[in-house]
Amino acid sequence: MAKVSMTVNGTSVSREVEGQTLLVSMLREDLRLTGTHVGCDTSQCGACVVHVNGKAVKSCTMFAVEADGAEVSTIEGQANADGTLSTIQQAFQEHHGLQCGFCTPGMVMSAAALLKDNPTPTEGEVRAYLDGNICRCTGYHNIVKAIMAASGQDVSAIAAE
Amino acid sequence: MPKDGGIGAPTRRREDYRFLTGRGRYSDDIKTQGECAAIFARSTVAHGTIKSIDTSAAAAMPGVLAIFTGEDFVEVGGNPAGWLINSRDGEPMKEPKRPVLAHGKVRHVGDAYAAVIAETVQQARDAAEMIEIDIEEHDAVVNMKDALAGTTYVHDEIGTNQCFDWGWIEDNRAATDAAIQGAHHVTTLELVNNRLVPNAMETRCSIGHYDTGTGDYTLHTTSQNPHLTRLLLSAFVMGIPENKLTVIAPDVGGGFGSKIYHYGEEALVLAAAKKLGRTVKWTSDRSEAFQTDAHGRDHVTKIELALDEEGNFLAFRTETHANVGAYLSNFSTATPTFLHGTLMAGNYTVPNVYVNVKAVFTNTAPVDAYRGAGRPEATYSLERVIDMAAREIGMDPIELRRKNFIKPDQYPFASAAGLEYDSGNYDALMDQMEKVADKAGFAARRAESESKGLLRGFGVNAYVEACGIAPSNLVGVLGSRVGLYDAATVRVNATGNLSVMVGAHSHGQGHETVFPQVVAEMLGIDPGSIDIVHGDTSKIPFGMGTYGSRSLAVCGSAVVRATEKIIVKATKIAAHMLEADAADVEFKDGTFSVVGTNQSVSFGEVALKAYIPHQFPIEDIEPGLEETAFYDPANFTYPSGAYCCEVEVDPETGKVRVNRMTAVDDFGNVINPMVVTGQVHGGLGQGIGQALMENTTYDSDGQLLSASYMDYAMPRADDLPFYTVDHSQGTACTHNPLGVKGCGEAGAIGSPPTVVNAVIDALQSGGKNVTHIDMPVTPHRVWSAMKNAG
Repeated sequence: MAKVSMTVNGTSVSREVEGQTLLVSMLREDLRLTGTHVGCDTSQCGACVVHVNGKAVKSCTMFAVEADGAEVSTIEGQANADGTLSTIQQAFQEHHGLQCGFCTPGMVMSAAALLKDNPTPTEGEVRAYLDGNICRCTGYHNIVKAIMAASGQDVSAIAAE
Repeated sequence: MPKDGGIGAPTRRREDYRFLTGRGRYSDDIKTQGECAAIFARSTVAHGTIKSIDTSAAAAMPGVLAIFTGEDFVEVGGNPAGWLINSRDGEPMKEPKRPVLAHGKVRHVGDAYAAVIAETVQQARDAAEMIEIDIEEHDAVVNMKDALAGTTYVHDEIGTNQCFDWGWIEDNRAATDAAIQGAHHVTTLELVNNRLVPNAMETRCSIGHYDTGTGDYTLHTTSQNPHLTRLLLSAFVMGIPENKLTVIAPDVGGGFGSKIYHYGEEALVLAAAKKLGRTVKWTSDRSEAFQTDAHGRDHVTKIELALDEEGNFLAFRTETHANVGAYLSNFSTATPTFLHGTLMAGNYTVPNVYVNVKAVFTNTAPVDAYRGAGRPEATYSLERVIDMAAREIGMDPIELRRKNFIKPDQYPFASAAGLEYDSGNYDALMDQMEKVADKAGFAARRAESESKGLLRGFGVNAYVEACGIAPSNLVGVLGSRVGLYDAATVRVNATGNLSVMVGAHSHGQGHETVFPQVVAEMLGIDPGSIDIVHGDTSKIPFGMGTYGSRSLAVCGSAVVRATEKIIVKATKIAAHMLEADAADVEFKDGTFSVVGTNQSVSFGEVALKAYIPHQFPIEDIEPGLEETAFYDPANFTYPSGAYCCEVEVDPETGKVRVNRMTAVDDFGNVINPMVVTGQVHGGLGQGIGQALMENTTYDSDGQLLSASYMDYAMPRADDLPFYTVDHSQGTACTHNPLGVKGCGEAGAIGSPPTVVNAVIDALQSGGKNVTHIDMPVTPHRVWSAMKNAG
C-alpha cells in the first residue's frame, strides 16, 4: 500500500492505495466520484477521461500513485460553483449531444481539453481530436456540433433542431 | 395548454443535467456496505465436454466465499426462448436447455462454467484462474452450411444443428416459384449480413441482494425491460415468486437490444446472494461483453427478384441461413422470422413473396435482436437486389422503386408477406429526399470528386419496418410466448404535480422528457410538474420495456389512456365542486368550467379535493386521483423512409468515405423533434459502421478474433459525416392515439444498403464492373473487388 495525495476538483484528498490501483479505481471506488466511467479494458473508449495537471488523461491507463501530488479534475468538477452547467455542458444539452450519458463525462472532459488548446476548432479538428472517445448513441453529429457551438462558432447551418 | 414543452416541442432533456455533471447512477456506480464480488470462469475453447472441474485450489485462495459450477444449477430451469417457431413440416423448433452455468459441455468461447464469489474483485479474479477444468475438446461448429452438413453437434441431445426450417408464407411458395420461373428477368444476389456486436458503452452489470429477514430478493441490473427479466427469473429460471423479487434497472448506458435479454449472470448473483446473505456484484469487462453479450445479424442469404418487361416486381424469393449461436437467446427465434420474413415485401406492391429461413446452432455467442432486429436484414436484401436489378435492366434505381411503390390511396395495404400496412407515402418521402439531398447537384459533386482522382457514387434506398412491438393477439398466433402490451400509471399527487409510472425503460431515448410533453399537452399543465418513474418493478406497472421502437407507440399510448381516465374522473370531481352536471363541465387549458358560465376550478384544486375529500360524494366517486391503463396495439406501426448517401472511393486504396447522408423518414406524428433526430443520427452511425467497418470474426476453431476495441472497428467521430435528417413527411399511424410510429431503429435499417449501393455506383462510374461487395465494405474488399473486375 502507498499513500497518495492529490487535489481532486479543488479538494485535497489522501488515500492508502495498492500499487496497481488505477486512477479511475481510486476515483470511483475510494473517492466515490462515479461520474468517471469505465467502458473498455484497452484504453480505447475514453469514458474515463479526466484532467491531470490540466491535461486530458485516460484514468484507466494511469496508476493512482502516478497522480500523487497532481491536480485532478473530473466531470463532477465541471459545473459552475452555483451548480449551473459550464459552457461546454450547456452546449451538450442545447444540441442534444448525449443520449444514454455513459460516454458523456469523457466527451465533456476531452472537449474541455481540446478547446483549451484550440479555442475555435474546425469540424475536422473536433472529429480528429475525438478519436479516443467512442459514443454508440449519437452518431457523433450532435457531439461535434455541441463542441463547435461551445467554442462560440455559429452551428445553425449544420442541421435542424 | 403548454405553449412550449407540449407535443411537437424540441424540449431540451431534463435527464441531461445529471449525466453532464457525473451524477448519473448506473448499476456499477452502486456500492453497498458489505458487498462482495463475482467473477466468472469462462471457456477458452469453443466446444468441448467438461470432464471435471476442480475448485479446491481456488476455494483456498484468500477472500474466497463461495464457488458455483453448473452442478449447482441442475435443478433450476433454463433461460427460455420467448418465441416458438414451427418448421415447414410442422415440427416445433429445437430448444436445448440454456443453463445458468455450462453443464456437461462448453459451447462457445466465453461460456461460463464456474463463478467465484470473493471479498474483492481482484481476489475473485485470482481465484477464478486457479479453477482447474479438464475439457475434452471437440471440433468447433462455426460455419452455418458446414454445421448443417456435418455430424458434430453443438447440442448432442437434439442430433442436429438446425433449430428450425421455416417457410413464410408456405402457401405462397408454389406461386412464387411459378412467378420466378416464368419471369422476363430474374436478378439473383447472394449476400452476407455481417455479424455485429451491439457494444453499448456501459457493459452489463448485475447486483444481487437477499434480505435474510424477509426473504426478499433485489436485483439491480442493466436491463431494457426489468419486468421481463423478473418474469423470466421467476417463471422459468429460478422459481423465485414475483412478489419476492424486485428488479431495478437504474440508469442504463445504452442497450441496442443487447440488454433486452435475461443472462445467466443475473441468476448467479441472486443465488450467491441468498447462499451468502451478502450483496453480490458482477460487472462485465469489455472482453467479456464481446464474448457473451448477444450478437446481432449474421445472415447468409440468397435473394431473387423477378420482374416483367416493364420493370414491375413479380416476386421476391429468399433463402436465409440465420446463425443463432450456441444457445437460444430470448428473442433469437423471432428476429430472423417474424421480424424479417414479414417485411420481405418491402415498400412494394409485389404480389408474390416467399421466405425460407434455416436457423443454425454454432459454437459462437448467442445471436439475437440488435437495433432493427430482422428488419435491417430484410431491407438490406431487398434494397441491394433491387439496385442490382435496376442496373441489369438499365432503369434508374429511383424510378424502378417508384414504379413498384405502394401508392398513398392503397392503404390499408395487405402486403404479400402477410402484414397490413396502415399508412405511408413513399413517393412523398422520395421526393423530399431528392430535394433535401440536392440530388440535382450530384453530377457537379461527382465531377469535383473525379478531379481529385476519387470515384463518387450516389446510393438510394427505401425501407418500411414493423415497429410498435407488438399486438399480442397477432404475435400469439405467430408463436410469441408473451404479450407485448405496455402499461402506465398516472398518479396525480395531492398538490397537483404528477408521477407517471411507465413500463418502458429509458436508456438514452429521453422518456423522462418526452412522456411529460404528452401528459402536459393533455392536461394543460407545466411539463415540469410531471415526473416519469421507470425501471423498478416495485414501482411501475407490468410493462414489457423498451425495444422494437415501441416506447412511445405502445407505452406512450398507455400513458394517454391513463391520462384520459384521469380527465374523466377529475371532471366528475370538478362537477361536484361546481355543483354542476359532469356533462356540462368542459376541461380546457388545465381548467374545468361549467359551459356557459364563468364558474371554474383549476386542475390543482381538483387534485387537492381528491385527496382531502371533505364534503365529497364518496358514494359516487372514490377519493384519490390515480389511474392505470394497459395498452395493447391493434397492429404494428409502419415507419418508412427514403435514404440516400454519397460516397467517395479512393481507387488507389479502396478507402470509402461517406460524404453526405440523408435520411427522410415517416415516423407519423412527432412529439419531440430534437429527440427523434438524435435517434436517427445514432442509427445512421451504427448503420454506416455495419456497412463500412464493423465485423465479428470467429476463426475455424471458434476463437473470437474481434474481442476488443483494438480488433472490432467501432465507428469514431472522424469516420462519420454530418447527417441531413428530415421527418416532415409523416403520415399519422391510424390505430394509436398519438399517431406515432417509432423512430429508434430506422437509421440502422435504412443506411447499410444505401451505403453499399453508393459504393457500387461509385465503382461502376469508374468503369469497374463490380456488382456486389459484402459488408463491411473495407478498403481491402473494395480494392480486391476492383482488381478482380479487371
